[in-house]
Amino acid sequence: MTIEIPTPLRVYAGNQSAVTVEAKTVAEAVAALTTQYPDFLKHLYTPDGKLRSFVNLYLNDEDVRYLPQREETAVKDSDTLSIIPSIAGGN
Amino acid sequence: MLCLSQQIFDALRQHGEETYPHECCGVLLGRFEPGINAVEDAIRAGNTRTDSAHNRYHIAPQELVKIQRLGRERGLDIVGFYHSHPDHPAQWSPTDFAEAHWIGCSYVITAVEQGAARQTNSFLLAGTTEDDKRFENQKISVTGQDVPGLPPQSASTGLSAEPGESEPEELPAREASGH
Repeated sequence: MTIEIPTPLRVYAGNQSAVTVEAKTVAEAVAALTTQYPDFLKHLYTPDGKLRSFVNLYLNDEDVRYLPQREETAVKDSDTLSIIPSIAGGN
Repeated sequence: MLCLSQQIFDALRQHGEETYPHECCGVLLGRFEPGINAVEDAIRAGNTRTDSAHNRYHIAPQELVKIQRLGRERGLDIVGFYHSHPDHPAQWSPTDFAEAHWIGCSYVITAVEQGAARQTNSFLLAGTTEDDKRFENQKISVTGQDVPGLPPQSASTGLSAEPGESEPEELPAREASGH
C-alpha cells in the first residue's frame, strides 16, 4: 500500500512524498514505515509509545481512530494511508 | 520568503473579510525552493470551530487529505496555511504556536478590523521537532514586490512565550487592493 508523507516529515523519508510498503493492516503499514525510516518514530509517537495527539492517520478518506478495528483494520495494496498533522489555532 | 501573486494575496485577505467576525482558514499549495515557499494556489477550507469561530480555527483533517491529494495531482505541495484574526493583530498567538506542527511551512495571518483586511504577516515554522520548533518572521513578496511587514528576526521561541512577548510593533496598515 501507499503511505502519503506530509511535507514536514519528508526529510525523514528520503524526501519522498509517498512510500510503498507491504502490509496487511494499518499497524503493519506504520511499523514497516518506521522500520524503514526509524526517524519517523519520534515524530509520530510520544516517548511512551502513543500516537501524538496532533497526528491524524487516514485510510483513504476514513479517520483510523474511528474505524471499528482502528489500527488493526485490514488494508489492500490499492489503499492509501495519509499522515496528516492537524491544523488549528486562533488569537 | 513567501512568494505569491497579487491575486492570491488578495484572495486570502478577502476570505478573511467574508468570514468576519469569524476566522477564515485555508491551505497554500505551491513549491519549496531554496529559501522560498512559492505559492501557486490558495485553497479555502472550512473552519470547524463553530463553537468559537471568532477566535479559533481548525481545518478538518479529512479536508486536508483531499487538499493534499489535489496538490499531488497538480504537482504541488502544501507549503503553508492562512487564517485571519478578527479585530486582533496579525501576530501569532500562543494558541497558533501550540497548534503549529507543519515545520517548514508558512503560517500567514491577516488582521481584519471591523470587516476590513489590514496587516498581513507570514511566519515560518522553523526547527526540526516539536521540542525546538519556533516561528520566524517571514518576508512576503507579492508578484516580486516586498510587502511591508515584520523584521526578519525570529518572533520568539518556545511554548513558554508570553502573549505579546517580543511582538514587534505593528507597521502601518496595508489596505487590500482591489477594494
